[in-house]
Amino acid sequence: MNSSFDILIVGIGGQGTILASNILGEACLVEGRHVKGAETHGMAQRGGSVDTQIRIDGKYGPLISPGTADLLISFDLLEALRYAHYLKTGGKMVVNRHLVLPTSVFTQKMTAPTEEEIIGHLGKYRPCLIDADRIASEAGSALAQNVVILGAASWSIPLRPESLLSAIKTLVPPKTVETNVKAFEMGRDAGRSC
Amino acid sequence: MERHYLLGNEAIAHACLESGVGFVSGYPGTPSSEVIDVLRARKDRPYHIEWSVNEKAALENALAAAWCGLRAVCTMKHVGLNVAADPLMTSAYTGVTGGLVIMSADDPFAHSSQNEQDTRCYAHFARVPCLDPSNVQEAHDMMRDAYALSEKFGLPVLFRPTTRVCHSKGDVELGKAVASTRKGEFHKDPKQYVVIPANTRSLHRKLNEKQPRLKKRLVVLGYNHYIIRGKTAVIASGIGASYVQELLPSDVSFMKIGAYPIDEEWLAGFISQHEKILVIEELAPEVEEAARQVAGCVPVLGKKNGYSPYEGELSPQTVAAIMEKAGFLKENRNMVPELIQNLPLRPPILCAGCHHRATFYAIKRVFPDAIYPSDIGCYTLGLQLGAVDTTICMGASITVGSGIAHSGDPRDIVCTIGDSTFLHTGIQGLMNAVYNGAKMTVVILDNRTTAMTGHQPNPNTGITATGEEMPPVSLDAVCRACGVNFVETVDPYDLTGTINALGEAKKKDGVRVIIARQMCVITARRAGVKRGRYTVDPDACTGCGTCIRFGCPAIEFFEEKARITELCNGCSVCAQICPAGAILREGKR
Repeated sequence: MNSSFDILIVGIGGQGTILASNILGEACLVEGRHVKGAETHGMAQRGGSVDTQIRIDGKYGPLISPGTADLLISFDLLEALRYAHYLKTGGKMVVNRHLVLPTSVFTQKMTAPTEEEIIGHLGKYRPCLIDADRIASEAGSALAQNVVILGAASWSIPLRPESLLSAIKTLVPPKTVETNVKAFEMGRDAGRSC
Repeated sequence: MERHYLLGNEAIAHACLESGVGFVSGYPGTPSSEVIDVLRARKDRPYHIEWSVNEKAALENALAAAWCGLRAVCTMKHVGLNVAADPLMTSAYTGVTGGLVIMSADDPFAHSSQNEQDTRCYAHFARVPCLDPSNVQEAHDMMRDAYALSEKFGLPVLFRPTTRVCHSKGDVELGKAVASTRKGEFHKDPKQYVVIPANTRSLHRKLNEKQPRLKKRLVVLGYNHYIIRGKTAVIASGIGASYVQELLPSDVSFMKIGAYPIDEEWLAGFISQHEKILVIEELAPEVEEAARQVAGCVPVLGKKNGYSPYEGELSPQTVAAIMEKAGFLKENRNMVPELIQNLPLRPPILCAGCHHRATFYAIKRVFPDAIYPSDIGCYTLGLQLGAVDTTICMGASITVGSGIAHSGDPRDIVCTIGDSTFLHTGIQGLMNAVYNGAKMTVVILDNRTTAMTGHQPNPNTGITATGEEMPPVSLDAVCRACGVNFVETVDPYDLTGTINALGEAKKKDGVRVIIARQMCVITARRAGVKRGRYTVDPDACTGCGTCIRFGCPAIEFFEEKARITELCNGCSVCAQICPAGAILREGKR
């Protein structure tokens, strides 16, 4: 019954998950397709773990059930691990190779897995790991990391790259269009081999 | 018709424009705030718009505008409706001339709230219609049509989207914005607007007489509808209906409830054609109770017999489990894979450089054994710093503090309350505490904005919702006018100064107020304030952990030494608390 393509975008409040979701939604409009999504706002957002859900061709509710997501996009390694159970068997995972340790690790002495341990745990999902910070900086701004990841993931998204690019041009601040277009294309190149 | 990919609240705001709204008021509260934020940001505003100081003020203003014939909307979160409950209950009696829509956004699962109350119960209580949208498009359409419904029955309409409608997105068809040509005019009519006993008795009867027509009308409008497909049926409301529709087998009947009060006769007619009914709704059993009243011998499965929970929000996963348990789904096709356990949590946290953290630190230094009643705002996150002992509702830090003080606990009381919350419902508590002789310290955490909900201005900010400059209220003068003799304003980034002021306050009797004033770091960053970053000298760092316990997200501990990340906003407080003097401004040695 579920004919939508379900994408979960996760990260840390402030990393740009909402812009990434807006780009996907706008691209759906470009192609005249229905779309549903859900976001985290308010108190939950202050530096906390956030998730944004997008259902391309979605007709019903905005929420994705665990075990059914077609694609997981994560802006942080630890968050990829936290939400990995949302992926369906054979679902695709695109992850920023970047780890921000939660403050709880220091203040509550919780043990955090290392980058290598996380990548080990994620191994069974065959994640596409992207060094978004480096690529975004090369494209012109470290702030464009979210667009780099989106570019890398675009191979798995059932939307045309031109639609995504057109959405990017509509949504990012006018002065940053060139950087973001470059970030998307470089991200797409980096994701080609995944 | 144009299609847009919009947040629920953006679609709701646009619907108000399409209905020619002439008056907009509200108090910020997640998940409702973006409606006014969208309407106040527009260049062309053919309406009065304001952030009111609290929900009661907002609703009374909007009610008066509706009495004057304007279409008015008043927005708040569910708990705000408690504050506005007084005018709500009687506005049902007086009624309205122009359409009045009260948006009270519910928050099942308390994503960003202190409770999970259900606005539908208020509608039932006040006997006013309630619209409960199940998705973004429906939220838009219901809000657009709610004004006409309000005018047809002369009743305020409660509009109750939930978090998953307000903060979900979808492709929405919008209509055209129209500018209202109505001119507000108040027609004196004491029988309608002066609710002395003689008048209110007859107004109450009139309110009750409206109910049967109202119930029929909501069915005619199509908000409540059904399709018969078999001998069993699911009745679902709000967002729950969208989850049910995704899962519903083709031989099960379906009824959707989107508006209240429910027409019992119509409901009974549907139920009587079935052998078993399952009700799926979030929070209170409003639909279930209506169904049980008319079900006769037909079994009704729901909350009251343990099929679905009273608390929390629904999801496709929980709805599938409920339907399976009730025998409406053969198997739950969503096999839930194993969760990876024991990952370090990443809860929301005060920002790097947030001055509330510095104030809490100073409070704990000066009053280490005190009781810390607190309030609703970003600073509730001071819980993680051990500086928040109670939070119940807006403004309650001061009243809970004075209550504890009068109860005989010998410990010091130090309340914390934000500027917006103080102006919302804190002032009365302060006046009450002084008047009744409480002994306590009140710290007003003054960042000159309503930060948690998205930086909405308040009377302390000095600008209105539309950016017009207004003389800011003086918190100092307000406190003194309440009778407080000791009022000191400090900069929390100046740790020594703040500690000294708190120390002075500790020596005084009665109610003392410290105003800890500094710009919110987010506002400061947007305004281009650059303070430079701080860095740890690894040779001087002893690894004592003092700065780590301060709890700033910009400070990490790596190989037995502290390290400051690029999140640093340059507040300098960690440098002031480092016992080894190992934290320095970047580039200075």
